[in-house]
Amino acid sequence: MASFVSAPWPWYVAGPAIGLFVPALLIVGNRLFGVSSSLRHLCSAIVPSRIEYFRYDWKRTGLWNLVFVAGILIGGIVAAHWGAPRDVAISESTRLALTRLHIHDFSGLAPHELFAWPAFLTLRGFIPVVVGGFLVGFGTAYAGGCTSGHAISGLADLQLPSLIAVVGFFAGGLIATHFLLPLFL
Amino acid sequence: MSTTPGTIQPANADRRVQPWSALACYLLLGTCFGFVLTKSEVLSWFRIQEMFRFDSPRMYEIIASAVVVAAASVAFIKRLRLKTASGDPITIPPKQLGHGVRYAVGGTIFGLGWALTGACPGPLFALVGNGVTVMIAAIASALVGTWLYGLLRPRLPH
Repeated sequence: MASFVSAPWPWYVAGPAIGLFVPALLIVGNRLFGVSSSLRHLCSAIVPSRIEYFRYDWKRTGLWNLVFVAGILIGGIVAAHWGAPRDVAISESTRLALTRLHIHDFSGLAPHELFAWPAFLTLRGFIPVVVGGFLVGFGTAYAGGCTSGHAISGLADLQLPSLIAVVGFFAGGLIATHFLLPLFL
Repeated sequence: MSTTPGTIQPANADRRVQPWSALACYLLLGTCFGFVLTKSEVLSWFRIQEMFRFDSPRMYEIIASAVVVAAASVAFIKRLRLKTASGDPITIPPKQLGHGVRYAVGGTIFGLGWALTGACPGPLFALVGNGVTVMIAAIASALVGTWLYGLLRPRLPH
């Protein structure tokens, strides 16, 4: 039990655990598992505007989603405070490829050389956080879902649009990994 | 609520105000999800890099087994016509294919961002909880991106 809390889970525990959020949310209140719509609800709640895409009753449609997302943040805090922080045991070939991109610190969940406030004002830190974040927000809104909404919920319901979206996710990810990252890292 | 033709309302839109008990459930489920995202390490930039470099099957095994469990659950719910905890029918609205452009182009744009930040929207919030506070800026930037999509939406192909 102690290792269950402190150690990273094997894939056959992690994957099914993620999949179970689909039936859990359907049974609690007929909600479709998906996180990116929270960004739309936040826009609708924070910035009053005449833009039609944001003109709906976010409290009735999206409050559940915003509460769920607040929970995700709390879950991150709980996980971080339970069990000693561990480095992510990535494969040697990934480590080698990233070293060639001048990443040397492999501690923590994300490289400190890119994802920390001191790096934020450098190109290496700014592009992953700000440009990457922007593309995540624009892309998920355009595609109408992210990894949870399309890759998990959509594929689980055998929806063709979600399959197209997931192919797009991987096309974009491969382009960014193999062509964009070497340009600025 | 606007009913102008062409408006895509968020999925599962309904007109009922959420009772507190339901919101407490969503908060608890969200907390569990944030915990799972951390313990599975899918929120790690390193793991996402490993996935896009095909150096380990781990991420593919996680995503595939998540889809299988979710698909079996959905099939089970449909077959038994299960109801929600409050007795309402469970329905999954089909996504509109249209020309499919939004899924291919929007999906690719998101994929670019996924590999750069190493995080999709759920992990962004979980990372902030894990102390990677610079991801607050990534979330702010994602909100700008979503807002810009809303602004440009009438002119974009879907």
